[in-house]
Amino acid sequence: MFELLGIPPQALFGQLLLGLINGAFYAMLSLGLAVIFGLLNVINFTHGAQYMMGAFAAWMLLEWAGVPYWGALVIAPIVVGAIGIAMERLFLRHLYHLDHLYGLLLTFGLALIIEGVFRKQFGSTGLPYANPLPGGTRLDFMFLPWYRAWIVAASLAICLGTWFMIERTKLGSYLRAATERPDLVQAFGINVPRMITLTYGFGVGLAALAGVLAAPAYNVNPLMGSNLIIIVFAVVVIGGMGSIMGAIVTGFALGIIEGLTKVFYPEASNTVIFIIMAIVLMLKPAGLFGTPK
Amino acid sequence: MHNGSVELAVKGLNAWYGESHILHGMDFEVHKGEVVTLLGRNGAGKTTTMKAVMGMIPSRKGSVQFEGEELIQLPSNRIAKKGIAFCPEERGIFSSLNVYENLTLPPPVKPGGMSLDEIYEIFPNLKERLKSQGTKLSGGEQQMLAIGRILRTGATMLLLDEPTEGLAPVIVQQIGAMIRLLKEKGYTILLVEQNFRFASTVADRHYVVEHGKVIDMIPNDQIGANIQKLEIYLGV
Repeated sequence: MFELLGIPPQALFGQLLLGLINGAFYAMLSLGLAVIFGLLNVINFTHGAQYMMGAFAAWMLLEWAGVPYWGALVIAPIVVGAIGIAMERLFLRHLYHLDHLYGLLLTFGLALIIEGVFRKQFGSTGLPYANPLPGGTRLDFMFLPWYRAWIVAASLAICLGTWFMIERTKLGSYLRAATERPDLVQAFGINVPRMITLTYGFGVGLAALAGVLAAPAYNVNPLMGSNLIIIVFAVVVIGGMGSIMGAIVTGFALGIIEGLTKVFYPEASNTVIFIIMAIVLMLKPAGLFGTPK
Repeated sequence: MHNGSVELAVKGLNAWYGESHILHGMDFEVHKGEVVTLLGRNGAGKTTTMKAVMGMIPSRKGSVQFEGEELIQLPSNRIAKKGIAFCPEERGIFSSLNVYENLTLPPPVKPGGMSLDEIYEIFPNLKERLKSQGTKLSGGEQQMLAIGRILRTGATMLLLDEPTEGLAPVIVQQIGAMIRLLKEKGYTILLVEQNFRFASTVADRHYVVEHGKVIDMIPNDQIGANIQKLEIYLGV
């Protein structure tokens, strides 16, 4: 068996795959944040809690209603997205004319409340969720579990599908135009307030979908979102706030970089993303894919 | 000049930006098939009038009737659906959209809008630049794009806010010819202008706006007799 820089290939590719999977979650979550920030001008700190709600929705559907994973993959994003729509109607829409900071504070508060409720109800040790795709295949250089391959494939499809919808369809052109001049887009006859509400619901649904994908891979835990969201925000800053392709590429790339750091210099693996963020902020404050305002 | 029926009737229109009271009871009418201008100095309230008609200013009072129907309570997307289209002063070309996407962005609101081929016939430059980023066009081309995109929608009343601003004389002439063509096609046009010499080549009547009110109305065929008065109004 060959070795790369003294590292056994199983360890290298194993970490690479883990990095790719973490990157898939970074990409999906930062994508939702980018979509929401682009149109609503709100930095959605509730995103991590909504991801956690997606995972819990899958767990509840299975445990309480007997709905299997594949059903939860459809139902959980719709249910959590609908809860997001209610939150937008009740709270967020009152903040659009204010500075970003107010939306950030409100969504941060909401995230704490949601997490608190789930912790009280379910504790913080985490609940197991059965792997719907057990087994895997042995490749020359590593063992590839089916479920991990599914996460990467599904998240790539979700990310590219969302990119296609925003960059290549009529609906996407309404969204992009409304990001620039919502008043003018509305004066063309498009119901912009409704579009904003549905966009928030869609972004939240994306977070919930990522949560369902995460449920069998990690434990379903009330804190799973807050652990992840800080890194996701770093990803968004590095990619460029509001950039769709930036969110996708940066998400996957940083997951891989983090995975490789675990192999070559494990001590830095928890901080490497934040070091990159600091460097990007100094050299390119609008992010790698963002446009300065 | 026009067939007499009132297309747009604005009565006692007041509008506010926050605490600032901008329109103090605007009164004017535009008849079907007419080209009417709002003339006035900077800050007189001309653009605000257009935005208030279009429902783009939330704080407004008075009456705006289009084809006899009251619009003052409606949001701007529903006003657009009645058949009124707005072309803003700064043109409002979207930088994240290419020319084709900009051109096809406003959804049709009524049947009878121009086809893309008809629009390319009026603005041939646009056809050659369809893949370009909207804001990469020249000022004149951006103006053509901004007007072209509202012709697709089937709107019969066009609100054009200073379409000639900042454009070279030869482009201004093209815009003038285009407005006359649109009038021939039966569009009703409300035009905001600072340049009354240009306005006099296209319009049927002129309302002079000052401090958020109409202070005079001059038919275009009497503009020669009122030229001194106009110059005083406009501070020329």
